[in-house]
Amino acid sequence: MQFIIPVGIVTAMGLLAGGILTIADKFMAVQMDETAAKVLAALPGANCGACGFAGCADYANALAKDEEHAIKANLCTPGGDAVAMEVSSILGVEFEGASSKIAIMKCSGSRDRTSYAMDYQGHQTCKANKLFFRGRGACEMACLGFGDCVNVCAYDAIRIENGLAVINKYKCVGCGLCAKACPNALIEIVPDKTRVVVGCSSVDPGKVTREICAIGCIACKLCEKTCKFDAIHVINNHAVIDYTKCKNCTACAKKCPTNVIHVFPRPVSAPQQKPKPVAAETAQVEAPAQ
Amino acid sequence: MQEMMIIILSAILVNNFVLVKFLGICPFLGVSKKLDSAVGMSLAVIFVMVLATAVTYPIQMGLLVPLQIGYLQTIVFILVIAALVQLVEISLKKYVPSLHQSLGVYLPLITTNCAVLGVTILNIDEKYTFFQSLLNSFGAGVGFLLAMVLFSGIRQRIENNDFPAAFKGIPAVLIAASIVSLSFMGFSGVIDGLFGH
Repeated sequence: MQFIIPVGIVTAMGLLAGGILTIADKFMAVQMDETAAKVLAALPGANCGACGFAGCADYANALAKDEEHAIKANLCTPGGDAVAMEVSSILGVEFEGASSKIAIMKCSGSRDRTSYAMDYQGHQTCKANKLFFRGRGACEMACLGFGDCVNVCAYDAIRIENGLAVINKYKCVGCGLCAKACPNALIEIVPDKTRVVVGCSSVDPGKVTREICAIGCIACKLCEKTCKFDAIHVINNHAVIDYTKCKNCTACAKKCPTNVIHVFPRPVSAPQQKPKPVAAETAQVEAPAQ
Repeated sequence: MQEMMIIILSAILVNNFVLVKFLGICPFLGVSKKLDSAVGMSLAVIFVMVLATAVTYPIQMGLLVPLQIGYLQTIVFILVIAALVQLVEISLKKYVPSLHQSLGVYLPLITTNCAVLGVTILNIDEKYTFFQSLLNSFGAGVGFLLAMVLFSGIRQRIENNDFPAAFKGIPAVLIAASIVSLSFMGFSGVIDGLFGH
């Protein structure tokens, strides 16, 4: 008799728990949307976040749930027109060309123009160097040159040249991973048609900038006065272009006394097919074993 | 009121589950690499600890003690906690998908976390009442959160520094953990000092 009660109780509890879970699973089942699965298959799977969602799966779910088609089907910049067309046909909406974007570099401080303030021997990443004092550059906002941006780029579009990150306009798909990796926030994602870029983010006053960097923005405001479209302003001691207003007239670049406002050449022809990522990354979760 | 404060504060600082009682070391070392996942894991732990106590305490007092089968405590508690966590996961997925997404894989991991089983059994060993047990579980969870958040900051520094090859990786982390634990030992007199016992 003394065996029956404990065995019975554990059995009953096991059965009860199993029963409750079975019922719960049946009543609270969440079905994966069929449309979402199709859209997810069409997306490149880079999980870069360029669309503004947490990843490809998130974007696919949002598109599938959105019955009024308020979310655009062409937000995937790495996928370009091809993916936008496929997604549009799955959702049954009209195809719009993908809004292409591109990364620009807001520092021009290569080794011959500015210098390092320290001989840093620590962990060789920008992030680690930035934690130490305020980074190795003489200018607080200079490119640190360890290539954190190079490491995250899945498209092989950035390299470090003479201590400065240089973006290859023809390989860049505008996914924005490099912009997130830069501890100085020197990389910005802008519309593809952009031709004018301010190559400086210095927050020091003009006099200091002039001493430590041969090309830095000295906040003279000449560009501000030249611009007819109210598109360029000196904010925090450096010029900042408002790309919603900029008409690419390049007048500011011609006036700039330190030549820190660069003019990019127009693309020869729009690339037909954007390259696929070199290594598609999937979100990895560190799962410790108990 | 004073008693409540004593229970919560001692669970958070003096008897910190991770750093003083060395329970739940695995997620402490495994999930503290990033601040946001450390916070997500800790919130899940707080939630499950309180819920598990609310369920296991009545089972112990209403079923195991009257029938004199206290030796079944461990297996029954494990069964109940595992089923409970699974149920919570299913219902979160259905009703609060955003929370489910942010907790991610940590929720099922808690099923077999020794800190959760530990807090339910310790509540009974300490002869707490039902309400005191809930407070103690909550405090233990908050203590876990505190340890995780503090340690994830230190982990960040460890990751970004150049160590001698022999210390790289887990050795450096374990040494750092021992020093943090050392500092928590300093809290042992705090409650007596605060409430004058």
